[in-house]
Amino acid sequence: MTGISEPGASRDGYGDALLDLSSDERVVVLEADLGKSTKSCHFRAKYPKRTFCLGIAEQNMALVGAGLAEAGKIPFASTFAIFSERAFEQFRNGIARTGLVVHLCGSHGGMHTGQDGSSAQSTEDLGIFRTLPGMTVLHPCDRNSARSLTRNLIDHDNPSYTRTARNKTREIYSEEEAAALEIGVASELRSGDDATIIACGVMVERSLDAADELAKHGIMARVVDMHTIKPIDKEAVLSAAETGAIVTAEDHSVIGGLGSAIAEILAEECPTKMRMVGVRDKFGESGSPEEIMYKMGLTSDNIVQRVMEIVQKPGRT
Amino acid sequence: MQSQSVEELNASASKCRKRIVDMVYKAKSGHPGGSLSCIDILVALYKGVMRFDSNNPSWDDRDRFIMSKGHASPAVYSILREVGILQDSDLNGFRSLGSVCQGHVDRKWTEGVDFSAGSLGMGLSFGLGSALAARLDGSKRHTWVLLGDGEIQEGQIWEAAMAASHLEVSNLTAIIDKNRIQNDNFVDDQMRVGDIGSKFKSFGWNVININGHDMHEIVSALKDSKTGNGPTAIIASTVKGKGVSYMENNPAFHGAAPNDEQYALAMEELS
Ligand SMILES: Cc1ncc(C[n+]2csc(CCOP(=O)(O)OP(=O)(O)O)c2C)c(N)n1
Repeated sequence: MTGISEPGASRDGYGDALLDLSSDERVVVLEADLGKSTKSCHFRAKYPKRTFCLGIAEQNMALVGAGLAEAGKIPFASTFAIFSERAFEQFRNGIARTGLVVHLCGSHGGMHTGQDGSSAQSTEDLGIFRTLPGMTVLHPCDRNSARSLTRNLIDHDNPSYTRTARNKTREIYSEEEAAALEIGVASELRSGDDATIIACGVMVERSLDAADELAKHGIMARVVDMHTIKPIDKEAVLSAAETGAIVTAEDHSVIGGLGSAIAEILAEECPTKMRMVGVRDKFGESGSPEEIMYKMGLTSDNIVQRVMEIVQKPGRT
Repeated sequence: MQSQSVEELNASASKCRKRIVDMVYKAKSGHPGGSLSCIDILVALYKGVMRFDSNNPSWDDRDRFIMSKGHASPAVYSILREVGILQDSDLNGFRSLGSVCQGHVDRKWTEGVDFSAGSLGMGLSFGLGSALAARLDGSKRHTWVLLGDGEIQEGQIWEAAMAASHLEVSNLTAIIDKNRIQNDNFVDDQMRVGDIGSKFKSFGWNVININGHDMHEIVSALKDSKTGNGPTAIIASTVKGKGVSYMENNPAFHGAAPNDEQYALAMEELS
């Protein structure tokens, strides 16, 4: 990977990766009038012939991608996370069911997108795409990991959905660290045996803050970046269970997302005390990202609180 | 609503234009271009043609106005302010936490808003539903739907267009704000929509072409659209960002706020 190391949003990482992958002639890019926003615009500017601007028409984009994939192309399509939901049935029947490999990226996901308000704040996307057989679902936490995971899709055998964020987040991975990431393998960012926080996306930086705060109380919390929601890293979940307390953190509904995915494993294999930090069956509203995250209970304090509720370590304050 | 003179309508539109720029400037985000292109149409509707009661915005038998391109919310809030349903303080909160003026128009948050938009391509179907309801009720109320020329790339628009003529609704008017620009660039570069009027015609609609900034033409087209047999599409040629020199015909101001200097210049140009 070469030299883009300014801080950014995970959507920038998607744009970087498309350029990284451009030397592979099979790569084609599909847009639905949001290329400036999802960052595929940089690929478009350099490779207009391999970019298809399809207008504000997400359902059509999905099946155009399927047609390209059938002929051996590797299509990367993007729109806002929320509008990818509009093409959900097309993805189910036209892509996942037919076994064609189309990669869809939904940017501006979650409450974190802020001021555009509830019509733009997708908090269902991870959940619905996760229900499709064979679908890979990614939600990277920073620019470098988004770049690396998107690059890995080039020889991925399954269709995928990747959620990226509109707004800048802290750099969690250096370029070198990010380069080592693999789809389906969770990444332990902080070690600890008293509890485990499993997070994805913009909640990863908040989870690290929560772990710092917990350490002040003598609680050593492990922090795991579950950038791949599906196929989920079961081993990492079972190992987390050994800490006796698991808190999940996602900018997504607690119905269907990361927390649900982990609860499904724990319930069947190894019931463990667990709490979820996520959106509680609500729609958002306009506001700055931080205000909305606070209102929806998506802060590091919320994570700390949930860990405190279930941590078994005696003598906690 | 009693009709007003063209001069009065134009004066209202100027006030609304200032409010639009002001809201987006204060929120540091929002969509000025497509709000400025359609505001003359909204003024003509609310102050010249539409049946509603500003003292009772939720009057059951009011005409319905569907802002399908919900990002043009500043245009809606500015006209609701003009007719006295919203206050300046409401507009000042645009896009901030708890504000009745949400980023995209939302019927759960704002009195006087009939449809929650933000996802393009849905409003014409909703408008058809409300027109059908009026017919069932034996009511004279009319439904007005404002669409973007980029928005009509969505397939659902054409599903609704087909259904509206098949179901022979005459109490439905779609107004297409043909400002020739969408999010990323010009409509002709992104995805040509071609001759919009003849497309609607071939779907069985009446079609009226107007200059969407000529108050006289707008008012008479709106009135005429109520008398046709079957649904009517008004194709309004407009200028995106109309009234602010550096926003006019500039795709960069689809969804961007002016900086301090640009704001000052806009206010000067609009006075
Ligand atoms: C289904 C859907 N896809 C994408 C978007 C993102 N988006 C917001 S505004 C816009 C461009 C709209 O263009 P147009 O309809 O011409 O509106 P106007 O130029 O009048 O503002 C896009 C693509 C959206 N709001 N909804």
